[in-house]
Amino acid sequence: MKSLNVLQHHLANTQNQLAILEDEGAHKHASFKEKLAAIGAFPLRAAGIEIFQVNVGKMCNQVCKHCHVDAGPDRKEIMTRETMQLCLTILAKSDIKIVDLTGGAPELNPDFRWFVAEIKKLGKHIIVRCNLTIILANKKFHDLPEFFREHRIEVVSSLPSFTKDRTDRQRGDGVFDDSIKALKMLNAVGYGEEDSGLFLNLVYNPAGAFLPPSQQALEKEYKEELLKNFGIRFNHLFAITNMPISRYLDYLLTSGNYDKYMEKLISAFNPAAINNVMCRNTISVSWDGFLYDCDFNQMLDLLVDVPSSRHLRDFDLDLLSARAIVLKQHCYGCTAGAGSSCGGTVAD
Amino acid sequence: MSAHYYNADDLAKFGSIGEYQKELADKFFSYYGEVFKDSQLTAKEKSLIALAVAHAVQCPYCIDAYSSDAYEKGYSEAQMMEAVHVAAAIKGGAVLVHGVQMMNKVKEIKM
Repeated sequence: MKSLNVLQHHLANTQNQLAILEDEGAHKHASFKEKLAAIGAFPLRAAGIEIFQVNVGKMCNQVCKHCHVDAGPDRKEIMTRETMQLCLTILAKSDIKIVDLTGGAPELNPDFRWFVAEIKKLGKHIIVRCNLTIILANKKFHDLPEFFREHRIEVVSSLPSFTKDRTDRQRGDGVFDDSIKALKMLNAVGYGEEDSGLFLNLVYNPAGAFLPPSQQALEKEYKEELLKNFGIRFNHLFAITNMPISRYLDYLLTSGNYDKYMEKLISAFNPAAINNVMCRNTISVSWDGFLYDCDFNQMLDLLVDVPSSRHLRDFDLDLLSARAIVLKQHCYGCTAGAGSSCGGTVAD
Repeated sequence: MSAHYYNADDLAKFGSIGEYQKELADKFFSYYGEVFKDSQLTAKEKSLIALAVAHAVQCPYCIDAYSSDAYEKGYSEAQMMEAVHVAAAIKGGAVLVHGVQMMNKVKEIKM
């Protein structure tokens, strides 16, 4: 499977994605902005920056069917050490405490380990969104569990099901088996063990055109099944809603599920989720140093609404901390049901 | 009145039955919500039971709703089909066990 980008698919152009999402005439979906205005929550503003999320590149060893990044082995966009240095300069001057590294497979960036070590010197908490299979992909990655442990990294990994069938259907053949092996390697160095301080969190996202079920019930079931079947332990499960963008949007359109999925997201709009959506405490940095409200806006080329501070070179913490969030129809994905963020649900 | 008896869009209008009798509808939906909560059985287990019953009572709305719900809650296609077979077995058994009644009657009247 190739990325939409390499296939020169019409959805590889983000303007085409936005045209579909914003096409009210064809779909008559209620505007997200109007929805917020009706509850007095527009404009939605950031409430500081607690999480500095860095997408260090779109290259990945997997090609997942739902990927909002359109990542894959054929994506060559990779953050340079110079851009990483800009991140470090900003982090050194700020009291931002959490750095969230994502991709693609962030470990494929040749400067990944250097970057992690430098961030750690600044005393920041680091999250790495590890796809698990990268650990098995090449001998040079086999020591990643030890590297993660050494730097006290919080590992967050996708596993859309505790069954092979559903996992492989979404993430590719053989992904489930390799993910299980990688989880065992992480457990072997202490990840997921009570009181080890080495956090291993899993991410569930639906393998189909539906919303996640209860995060609490899923976590309980995952813990029981993974322990019983494979002896695997982990800390928390984050249930994340699939955003109707990029490859998942392609899936929704080609399977005829797009309208129904949007209706599901809209009818499940939960005002209680607004206060805790991730864009309110996160800044998202692209591989080339541009700034966005979240990873989804980044993939739609929706830069932050702060014209004087749209790149790391012009980073203005005060302005960015109170910025108005750029909102489009995909934002319904973060406010449906129990809400959704990179850390799972955001409302009870 | 539509030209056919079942309309998929009507499922989403289920709540509108309260327009004609609100008090009873409110009581029913409140009860319904309570029934499907996690309790001695999990909400997931109840969803699979509902799927089997939906087939037994042959309610297309219920089959639509609980096929989605059971799959979304994590049941595999094979597990869901086994639940349908349970419904079929009970329905088939319910027919066949009446065969004994038939046999009894025949034995009563035959020479």
